[in-house]
Parts: sequence; structure tokens; C-alpha cells
Amino acid sequence: MGEWWTTEASMENCEISSISHVTMSPSRQNNFVSSYLFPLAKSSYSVISAFCTEDNVLQCISYINQELASLGLCSTYIEATSPEGTGLNAVPALNAIYELLQIHRRTMSTVEALEKEQLKKSSTMELMQTSNTRLKDQLELSIREKSGLHEMERQLQLKIKTLQSCLKTEKDEVQKLQSIIASRASQYSHDAKRKEREAAKLKERLSQLLVDRKDKKLAIDVLNCLGRSDGKRGHWKTAKATASHEGEMYKSLLSDYEASQKSLMLENAELKKVLQQMKKEMIHILSPCSSSGRGATADDSQEQHHDSDGEEKMGDTSRETLDQSCEHAREQLTNSIRQQWRKLRNHVEKLDSQVSQVQNQLESNKEMIPLETHEDEMERMRCEVQQCKEFIHAQQQLLQQQLNTSFDDETAALLNDCYTLEEKERLKEEWKLFEEQKRNFERERKNFTEAAIRLGREKKAFEEDRASWLKNQFLNMTPFTDRRRCSSSDGHSALSVRSEPEIRMSSVKAQLAKSSTYTTFSTPRSSQSGAVPSTPELYRTLRLIPESSSSRHSNRGLWQECSTIEDGDNQVKAKHRGRCSDLSIFSMGEDENSLS
Amino acid sequence: MNFSEVFKQSNQLCKVSPDGKYLATCVQYRLVVRDVSTLQIMHLYTCLDQISHMEWSSDSLFILCAMYKRGLVQVWSLEQPDWHCKIDEGSIGLVSSRWSPDGRHILNTTEFHLRITVWSLCTKAVSYIKYPKACQKGIDFSRDGSYMALAERRDCKDFVSIFVCDDWHLLRHFETETQDLAGLEWSPNGCVLAVWDSCLEYKVLLYSLDGRLLSTYSAYEWSLGVKSVSWSPSSQFLAIGSYDEKVRIINHITWKKIAQFEHPATVESTKTVYKEVERRPAVAHSSTPRVNVLTNFVSLINSLLLPHLDEICSLPVQIPVVKPDPDRANPKIGVSVLAFSSDNHYLATKNDNMASAVWVWNMQKMSLEAVLEQTSAVRCFQWDPRHPRLALCTGNTKLYLWSPGGCVAVQVPTEGGFQVHSLNWHCSDNSLILLGKEQLCLCYMETDEEDK
Repeated sequence: MGEWWTTEASMENCEISSISHVTMSPSRQNNFVSSYLFPLAKSSYSVISAFCTEDNVLQCISYINQELASLGLCSTYIEATSPEGTGLNAVPALNAIYELLQIHRRTMSTVEALEKEQLKKSSTMELMQTSNTRLKDQLELSIREKSGLHEMERQLQLKIKTLQSCLKTEKDEVQKLQSIIASRASQYSHDAKRKEREAAKLKERLSQLLVDRKDKKLAIDVLNCLGRSDGKRGHWKTAKATASHEGEMYKSLLSDYEASQKSLMLENAELKKVLQQMKKEMIHILSPCSSSGRGATADDSQEQHHDSDGEEKMGDTSRETLDQSCEHAREQLTNSIRQQWRKLRNHVEKLDSQVSQVQNQLESNKEMIPLETHEDEMERMRCEVQQCKEFIHAQQQLLQQQLNTSFDDETAALLNDCYTLEEKERLKEEWKLFEEQKRNFERERKNFTEAAIRLGREKKAFEEDRASWLKNQFLNMTPFTDRRRCSSSDGHSALSVRSEPEIRMSSVKAQLAKSSTYTTFSTPRSSQSGAVPSTPELYRTLRLIPESSSSRHSNRGLWQECSTIEDGDNQVKAKHRGRCSDLSIFSMGEDENSLS
Repeated sequence: MNFSEVFKQSNQLCKVSPDGKYLATCVQYRLVVRDVSTLQIMHLYTCLDQISHMEWSSDSLFILCAMYKRGLVQVWSLEQPDWHCKIDEGSIGLVSSRWSPDGRHILNTTEFHLRITVWSLCTKAVSYIKYPKACQKGIDFSRDGSYMALAERRDCKDFVSIFVCDDWHLLRHFETETQDLAGLEWSPNGCVLAVWDSCLEYKVLLYSLDGRLLSTYSAYEWSLGVKSVSWSPSSQFLAIGSYDEKVRIINHITWKKIAQFEHPATVESTKTVYKEVERRPAVAHSSTPRVNVLTNFVSLINSLLLPHLDEICSLPVQIPVVKPDPDRANPKIGVSVLAFSSDNHYLATKNDNMASAVWVWNMQKMSLEAVLEQTSAVRCFQWDPRHPRLALCTGNTKLYLWSPGGCVAVQVPTEGGFQVHSLNWHCSDNSLILLGKEQLCLCYMETDEEDK
């Protein structure tokens, strides 16, 4: 790309230069220059190479000077050193060249800037183009969408139209049905009426017929007439009688109304009583509450008191007037109740707001309140701790007293701590036991070693016997070397016994130890060295400690367990501890030895 | 609880005199009058034909026996057994006969509701009332017996006539705002007349004694309406049962609805639901009745029979519903029977598409108190006239009793299986008359005095 751009730039450059030549050409009426202007434009390099020849140096100089002048470089004027034009005055020529170079550099830089700008422009153009295409796509899409929506709308409209027509038909049908129903109903009612009229007519006719026929059967046959149930005689129907009937009816109605009114009055009175009581209670509840609630602001509370006083007065008056005039009393009562109710509502609302405020405070001072409670809790716990301490102290004292009485002063002084005292006591006992056991073991070991020594001696004697016996046999039976070599395996030990008793003994011991435990009593070391062998070695040989590592491990565990209980003078206590368990007894031998 | 021996009866005609002393029963064409306390036959009257209707006069002195087929009415006197009275309605026929409240007049409704004939036993006088309306309840006497309200139909319009029963003076005559009046009923205090339209329209009208329209109540339109109407004994409430399976309670001051009782198929909120459970008893009941020779009463020990029949269910309870046939007239749906207890505290209702259940409502709390679900359809129920106690029967051999304290079922201890089809409380004697198909027996409750 870059290359392409530069070539283009050069081409542009050529063009520019050519333009400048063109503009310049009319100013100069030089045939020659104009004659080779074209080749210059066509192939500048070849022409340049042929620009100056030895023949036309002066012309070239003048031409260049002109050119320079046209470029505004009048100050430097190239001169030929010689009239033939073979030499050039160097300074102005160089200056001119320098100026030209400067100009060239400047133009180059501008060209570069222009190129850059061009690049930028082209990139923005590209961007614009892409965006343009994108927008075009969008436009197309939206247009398509629009057309789709149009289509849908059209369809929907069509649907609406059909539905509307459907609705219309349905409505028509409904109307038709309704009209049919109405007509049917009217027809039915008409028919019914007609039928009824007919029936009535028939009934009339029937009754008429009955009257006309003078139905003989229609009769009452009574033995003798009865008296009226109320004992009175029957009386004629007169106006007076009808009037009395009316009067009686109204009387009964009136009495009924009176009764209902009475019951309503009673109910009303009861309700009024309830209302009064409610009002009184409300006043009672409200007045102290409000006074205490608004106690902070004196004016308010005073007002409140005035109000409540007024209310009470009003209540009293209303109660008084209750009996006097119903309506007036009712108005007053309802008014006062309403007021009270309003007050109560306000109060309740105030309480609500207070509660909400308190809650807000709680929420805002969330850390404060817990701190307080925390402190309280801490105080309480401290007290508890103090109590516990006291309790413990008292217990300790009691224990000490007991100890002082039961033990001698020395031990008591030694074992201040009651717990360690007990522990030490126990350990002491164990220590004693252990010592006893140790002594026993010591004795036993001595016995064992003695026995072992004895056995060793016996063995030695036995071996010697055997060796001698073998030698005798050997010497007696086979004089040949072959035979001797064959039985070398048997005789090896016998031979070696004689030469190196120590090694032989150990090997024999190992073999014997495998076969039977009893033979181990003839331990080479015991036989070899008169000194007492170390206990673990002895025991190991006696197979009392088959796996030394496991026993040691268990011992160590015990140690750790014990160490948690005690802290001070480890050395002494270690011994005690070691003696705690039976297992450790065997392995403790080493410690013992080291101690002793 | 004691049961009397079984007597014969026909047409379920068996009534106790209003003073509670006598029991009249009809057996074919004979009328038997017994003393209630001893059940001894006091009088025996023979009518001309099979009796189709029988009624005591209000003073308990006369008994009316109507033979509708023959158009005949015979009246018998208790005081004078020789006295007789026969009323012949002639060729026009007879469909209904009743006493006037004073017990000296007989009102006969002729065939086709052509007229009502009022016969006086005092003067032999006869008077006619024309145009009576043939409807559910077209005639009603006020409780104190002084007024009679009669529904009439003239010129395709409904009218109500109010007569003074004393001398049959027409006190008021007014047109009602009904399409097709179906019934009318006086409030117990005799001052308000409730009038309701036919089932095609929900409309209840309340008229004052002097013919003023007090109020009109309509709960809904375009659907089958009122099915039954009942006043509370205190005249405070008017209960209206309708085809929408609801009961609406109207108050007597504003004549507006104050409560609405629904009859849902799933009972969720009530105190108790008593459900009858059919169990085959291990021991045959033939061994349990013991006949007391001295008193002729079959006595029973309550504990033997009572506890095992009804059980209390936990909510919610599903009540069986029978879907009515919509194509038939008078569909079996809606509240058809309403009955207030004598102390106004309870209301018992029956919804026709849940025929096996009786609903008891508390009128003080305006809530459902109990539901009694039986194994078969409830035939009849009636409140004790003196206590809040409901007796009901379902056409089987048991008598069911409900009171706020609980529910019991009692086997009627008669041989041959006495099926209770109907029942009537004695007005004061703490006893019940149980009517079977052709039998009757008396059931005596244990009174508190007896218990003590």
C-alpha cells in the first residue's frame, strides 16, 4: 500500500512539475527549452543526463539562474568561473543547490503531510462508505419491515372488517332473537290472557249455570244451629259494623306500630347508653394520655385540658338534653362522639408515628443499643464469673482444710494445688508399686542371667564334648580327604567353634533362638562377658518384647497424655508417668539404666 | 324414650286437637277420637265415604271430615256425639275444605277454583267468594284468627282481599304488583302480609294490613325465583328459599336482606356435621322391644339404640348432590322447606338437590350450626313447639332428633318394621306422632321431670 501511495505521489509530483513548466514556458521564448520540454516531461532522467553538455554550460547556467529567479532565489546567482563555462563558481552554486534542497525537503514534507491527510481522508471515506452501505441495508430492511407491517395491517383490517360484519350479523341475529322472544313473550302473555279470559268466562258460565239449575244437592244439613264461639249473637252487616271493623284494623295496626316503636325506642336508648359510655371512656382514656403526651409543650397541654373540659361539659349537657329533645341531643351526641373519635384517631396516629420514630431510631442506632445490651450482658457475666470464682475459692479452701487435717504438713506444703496433690498422691503410690516391681524384676533378671551363664557353661561343655566326639568319629571312620570335605557342612561349626568361639557362639545362638526359647539362655554375650547384659537386650532375646518399636510407640502416646496434665519438673514426673502403665514397665528399663 | 303401640290410619290423617287432649285418626271411612293420655277410644264416627281430609276446629269441639270425591263435608261434635252436620257442595265438586278460625264456619273451595263457599254452622247461612286464585297458598288466616287474606285473579291481574273473619266483611281489596301470584302469608303478629310471585320471577312483596305496599324485594332476575317463604315466630325475619339454593333473610324494619345462607355441596364451616352411617347391627332388634303389659307402652332403653347410628364428621364434608333434569318443570333444586324453631334461634332448611341433608342455621350468629346428612332422602322435619329440638324422618324405621346438644337416631321398636313417613309434634305434651304408611304410633320423650 505504502509503495502504491508513494508512486502515486511521485506521479502527482510529475504532474505538478509539468504544470509549472507549462506555466513557465510562455514567459520564456526559448525554442530550445520548449523543444526539450516535452522529452523532459516524458522521461526526465534521460533528459537530465543530457541537460548540460560541455557545449552549453553557459546557457545552462543562465537557464538555471532564470529558473532560480523564477523560484525567488535571486540572491544566489550562479556564475561561471570561466567564460567558456567549464568551471563554476562553487559558492553560489552550492547555495543554490542548498536552497533547492531546502525547498525540495519542504515540499517533500508537505507532500508527506498531504499524503497522510489523504490517507486519513480515504480511511474516513471508507468508513463513511461502509456506514453508508450499512445504513442502506438498514433502510432496505426497515422498508421491507414496513411493507410487511403494512401487509399485516391490511390483513388485520380485513379481519376486523370481517369480524365487524360478523358482529353485525350476530347483533342482528341477537336482535332478531330478542324480537322473536319479545314477540313470543307478548304472544304468550296474550294467549295466556286470552285463555284466562276464556277460562274466566267459562267459570262465569258454569257458576251461572249452577245458579240457574238451582242445584238441589247444594245444601247444608245441620241438626241444630250452633252458638257462636264467642257466645255472642250474630249481627247484621251495617255501616256501623264496617266502621268498627276499620277502627279495629287501625287499632291493631296502631298497636303493632306502637309496639315496634317501643322496641325501637328501647333499642335506641340502649344504643345511646352504649354511646355515652363509650364517649365517657374515650374522654377518660384520652385526657390523661393527651396531657402526658403533650406535657412537654405547656401551651398545647393547656389547650388540650381546655378542650377536654369543654368536651366533658358538652357530654354532660348532651346527656342532660338527651331526654329533652331527641334531635338536638342526637346532633350533640354525634358531634361530640365524632370529635372524640377524631381525637382518638389522632392520638393513635401519633402513637403510630412515635412507634415508627422509635423504630427508625433503633435502626439508625443499631450499634449503640447492642453495645448497651452487650455491656449489660458483660456485666452480668462478670458477676457470674466472680461468683464462680468465689465458689471455687471456697471449695479450694474447704479442700485445703480437709487436706491439712488428713495429711502431714510437709506434703500439704508441697502440694498446694489440690488437683496435683491428688495426682501426685496417686503417682506416688504407683511409683512405690513400680519400685517393688522393679526390684522383683531385678531379682528375676539376676536369676535369669545366672541360669543363662550356667547354661552357657553347660553348652560349652556340651560342644566341646560333641567336638571331641566328632573328631574321634572322624578320625576313626574316614581317613580320606573326600569324605572329610563332604561332611564339612556338619563339621564347619565344630571346626569353627574351636577356632573362633565368639562368632560361632552367636551364630549358634541365632539358630537355636529360632528353634526354641529355652536354648536362648545360652546367650553368647552372657557366657562371654561375665558382666550383666542390658535389660532390653535380655528381654528381646527372651522374646518378651517381640516388636520393640510398637511398645515404644504406645509408651510415647502415654507420655503425651500425661504431659497434658502436668507442667513442672519433667524429669521426675516422667518417671512417675512411665510407671503408670504396665506396658511401659519393660521399656522403661533403659531410662532406669540411664538414671542409675 | 317410650313408644306407644301401633294404630291403624289411612291417608296419613291423624291430628291432635288444638288443646292437646284428643287424637283424631281416620281409618277408611271411620273417624276415631282417642284420649291422648290413655289412648283409649272416646268416640267413633262413621262417615259416608273414605275420608280425604280431616281437621279440628280451633276450639277442639268439632271435627271436619271432607270427602272430596263426593263433594261432601261432615262435621262431628265431641260434646254431642248425636249432633251431625253434612254439607253437600253438589255437582260443582270440592277440592279443599277448611275451618274458619272461629270454628263456626267452613270454607269450601269448589272445583276449578270457581268460588269459595262459606258455610255458617250458626245460621246455616252460605256466602260465596268469587275468583279465588288457584295457587300454592292462596288463602291464609292471621294468627289471631281475625283476618283472612285471599289471593284472587280477575282480568288477568292479581288481587288480594282481606276479610274480617268475624262477619266476612271485605276489609281491603287491592291489586298486587305480581305477574302471577304464587302465595301469601301473614306475619305472626298479623300486621304484614308477604306475597310472592311465581317461580318465574323472584319477587316478594310486603303489604300492610291496610293494603299499603311496604316493600318489594327481589334478589335477582332472569332465573327461577322463590320456592318457599317462612316467617320467623317473632315476625322479625322473613326467610326466602329460592331456586338458586340460597336462603335470604329479610329484616322487618328496613325489609332488606341481612343474611344469605348458601347450601354448598362441600361443607367447610360449621360446628358439626352429623352423618348417618348404615351399620348392620350385630344383635337383631327383635329382642330389644319389651312390651309393658300394664301400660301398653313399648319402652326402650336409650343406650341400647342411640349411640351407634350417627357419627360426627370432620370438615370438609361432601354432601351428595343430585343434578336436576333441566327439561322438566319444577326442577328438584333449591330450598323447598324452611322452618324456624319456636324460640327463633334456629332455622332448618332443606335443599331439594341435596335431599338427604337438613341444614340447621343459627339465627343469632347468622351462621351454619349443623348439617344432618342422612342415608336417604329426608321426608319430613318439624321443630318441637316448645324446645329447640328438631325431629325428622327419612321413610325408614328410625326417628332422628337434633338439638343443640347433639343428634340421636332411634329405631322405632315395632314388629314388622314401622316406616316413618311423616311426623307431628304434640303441641305441649313432649311427644311425637309418627305416621307410617297405614299406621301410626306415639313417641314419648323423657321430660326433665321424669328424669328427676
